[in-house]
Order: sequence, then C-alpha cells, then structure tokens
Amino acid sequence: MKVMAFVKATAETEAGLPPVEEFSTMMEEMGKFNAEMIQAGILLDADGLKPSSAGARVIFSGDKRSVVDGPFAETKELVAGYWILQVRSLEEAVEWMKRCPNPTGADSVIELRPHYEAEDFGELAPAVQKQEAELNALAEKNKQQ
Amino acid sequence: MTAADRTHRSIEAVWRIESAKLIAALTRIVRDVGLAEDLAQDALLAALQQWPDAGVPDNPGAWLMATAKHRAIDLFRRNELLERKHQELGKSETVMPDWDASIDDHVGDDLLRLVFIACHPILPTESRVALTLRLLGGLTTEEIARAFLAPVATIQQRVVRAKKTLSAAGVPFELPPRNQLAERLASVLEVLYLIFNEGYAATAGDDWTRPALCEDALRLGRILAGLMLNEAEVHGLVALMEIQASRLGARVGPGGEAILLLDQDRSRWNQLLIRRGLRGLALAERLTNGVLGPYAMQAAIAACHGRARTAAETDWRRIASLYDALAIATPSPVIELNRAMAHAMAFGPAAGLALADALLVEKSLAGYHLLPSVRGDLLEKLGRVEEARAEFERAASLTRNAREREVLLARARR
Repeated sequence: MKVMAFVKATAETEAGLPPVEEFSTMMEEMGKFNAEMIQAGILLDADGLKPSSAGARVIFSGDKRSVVDGPFAETKELVAGYWILQVRSLEEAVEWMKRCPNPTGADSVIELRPHYEAEDFGELAPAVQKQEAELNALAEKNKQQ
Repeated sequence: MTAADRTHRSIEAVWRIESAKLIAALTRIVRDVGLAEDLAQDALLAALQQWPDAGVPDNPGAWLMATAKHRAIDLFRRNELLERKHQELGKSETVMPDWDASIDDHVGDDLLRLVFIACHPILPTESRVALTLRLLGGLTTEEIARAFLAPVATIQQRVVRAKKTLSAAGVPFELPPRNQLAERLASVLEVLYLIFNEGYAATAGDDWTRPALCEDALRLGRILAGLMLNEAEVHGLVALMEIQASRLGARVGPGGEAILLLDQDRSRWNQLLIRRGLRGLALAERLTNGVLGPYAMQAAIAACHGRARTAAETDWRRIASLYDALAIATPSPVIELNRAMAHAMAFGPAAGLALADALLVEKSLAGYHLLPSVRGDLLEKLGRVEEARAEFERAASLTRNAREREVLLARARR
C-alpha cells in the first residue's frame, strides 16, 4: 500500500527557508533519513513545498471557479512537504516517520494518510469469483457434450 | 482496533523494517544463518512480550540486537552452541563471537551477503524464494504460504531444509568471488523476478494479497540496487518491475476480466512508478554504454509502452529491434512469439506471420494457445479468414481459461 506523509505547515515553514547554517544541518539530517528509506526500498517520492505565499487556490462553487493567490492565513490548513511511502501497513509508515528528524525546527506534526488502492474498489471480487466458477462449470459442461 | 492490536501491528512493522539487518548482522557474528534466525526470532518473541507494556523503544533495532546477543551469550555459556559449532566447524578451539560490533558498522555488506546466501544455487528455486522472503522480506511463514497458495507446513519444511542444506554445505558468509559474481547475481535476480511474477500474474478473483508480492519483490530489488550501484542488470530488473507494477491498477476490468496492455486505460498507469522505471533504465544504459543485458532489454521494451500516451503512439520499431536483440541474448520460443507480434505491429501482419510460422515446428509451443491465437489475428488482418477461423478455434481448444475460450470462440465466429 502507499501512504502519504506530509508535514503540517508552521509559522517557520511559512516564513520560507531558515538561515544557511541551520538549513544545511537540517538538510543533511533529512538527507540521511531519506537515504535510509531509499536503502530500505520504500521511499517512492518526496519533496518540499514552497510557502503559501508562492502558491494559489482554485475555489469551486457550483459552476463558478475563482482563483486566490497566497499567502493563506490559516497555517494549520497548510502542508509544507510530503513523502510517499510504499509499506505493508500504516503502522510501518508510522514507525518510519517516528525516525524523521524534526521537519520544522519547532513543534511539528507529520500526518499520514493511506492512498486508495485498487482493492478498495474490489467489492466485486466475491461476485466475480462466483461468476468465474459458473463460467468454468458451463465451459466444462459444453466440453463434455 | 484495540490498543493491543495497534501495538502488535507496530511490532510487526518494526520487524519488517529491522529483521533483515538483524539476521544479517547475527549471521556474520555467529556464522550460521539458521542460528542467526533463531536468535532473531527469540528477540522478536521478547519484543512481543515486553513492548505491549513498555512501549516500542526509541531504537527498536538496537533493542532487538541487544536481546539477541544476550540470548546467544546464554546459549554459549550453556555450551549447547559450543558443541554444535565444534561439530560443524571441526575446530578444536571456539572463538567467542564479536558481540560488541553494532549492526550499523557493516549493514550494507551484511545484507548483501545474506541475499547471496538466501539465493544460493545449491538450493532448489522454491527454497530460495521462501528463504529470501523470510530472511530478507521479513514475511512470516503464514504470509509466504498464503502468497503461494501452499500449505504452511510445506513452506516451513522448505525453510528448515534449506537452512540445513546451507549448513551442511558449509556455505561461507562471504560475497561470491569475482569470477562467480555474475552467475550468483543471476540467481538472485531470477528469485526476485519469480516473486514479482507470482504477484503480477494473479488476476481478479484471486487473493488480493498477491499485489503485495509485487511490492515485496520491488522493495527487495530496490534494496539490492542500493547495495550494488554499479550492477546494470540489477537496475534493469528494478526498472522492469517498476514499469510493470505501474500497470497493476489498469489490468483488471469491472467484471474482473484481464485487460490486455494495448486496451488498458492509460490514465490508470501510475506515472510515478513509470518515471522511476525510466530513471533506473537510464542508469542501466549509462552503466553499460547502451549495451543492455536481458533484464534491461525487457525494461526498455516496457519503457516503450510506458512512454506512449496512447497505444497508437507506441514505438513498435524500437520494440521490434529490442526483441530482435533479446531473442539473441536469451532465445526462447515465447520471446520469439512476442518478437513476431512486435514485427507485425511495426512492419505489418505479413512480416509478423513469417516469424510466427517459423514457430509451428517448435515442440514446446505445441500446447500453447497463444501461438494459434497470434496466427489467427495476423491471418485475419491479411484477409485469410478461413485459416484465421481455424486458428482461433484451435486456440480456444487449447486454453484452460473459460473466459479466454469464450473470447477466442467469438473471434472465430466473426
């Protein structure tokens, strides 16, 4: 299964990149952490997102579409970066992200959400199995005739 | 989910993350893969007993290693191990293992050595598969049994016998010597691709845990690629698996029927996996200056499909020339048949039919429904309808899949 882990934005991440000295230490530690996940074969993708001042929103209301440029005031609605992990369970993603270096330099939250997978749309599976069995039985009968 | 369930799942997750490294390090220290796994399993048992109350430790890998070490020291003190090692090594003096070495010092080397041991050619293929999934994949015997639709006891025996065979043969915990590396690596890649195909070939109606096998094969492949950065065929195999896996969501229709590649909804192809596959392929090409090995060639063929936004945009000439090269590198009737189809798509049905006709004398394809199916398709395109009908009926009689038979009979009736 795939799990997306994303860093919830904070005042720090919204302020853009920290001063160089802090930043290079952070990048090094984060780099090591990402490398561990790559070595473990489970990291599919990861990236940092620029602060909302660099972004925009498309607003949907009925048929109307409108666009609003950032920055956006409600920091807790925002996301600052993400990883996509390939794991067997949510708990596995959790165990990995517990090892992440602090992503914002202050109090941080990393939220994890499993992706929908093909089998989530698989309520058909038992019905399909029945169909397959019937079709095979029919074919066998035809063969014998 | 209860708190106890959650803790249990967390412990399983930690095991998946840590067990391969743990077993690999223990194997280096005690010089016996069976003993190493026993010690690791003892540590897991201790975790299952203690972590529900104490919580998952901050450094679970170190906790497991320390626990395994204590258990082993106990065993050594009670001389059980000394006896066993005396007999196995024929040594008059027993060397106490270096318990102070941490896992981290040797991780990469240890894992690589464990991979080569689990895939050792003296083991039958099915044992290599089971051992790899167990020692490197961290799968339980039950998970392996379920994945391969085999009884648990069968898998258990397979694993036990495999460890005994390795012990008896005195397989050293070393990387294969340079002159054996290519052959030993081929065995590893074969095991990984076998695991992948076991998961990939499953269609709807089967156990939904099968795609997880593809994920496990991919994960192990990526681990290997990280440990053998200069081995082009490793990157080739991983690229092949990434691109094939990208199609997993598009292969099954709403009624559970298998959808052929050319008919798949490409918006369901996972672009992230395709990009990863293309990068891996590019790396393999750079490492070999474009002289691709067999897995990289198969990846290049998969990449041609992966790059095409629609079926019509497929670069069939490139695919045809890749199959030409593959047919020389790893000749097989099935590859020849694929080559015939590719030539048909690239140069017209007559060209493809010429190649397919050459396979009529191939004994190994005598019962294979795809040969008449392909010939039927090409004959129909050439307007030779009566011959086409005969071939579709022949194909229908050879396939064991009821749904496929219906499809072929319908084509015969057209």
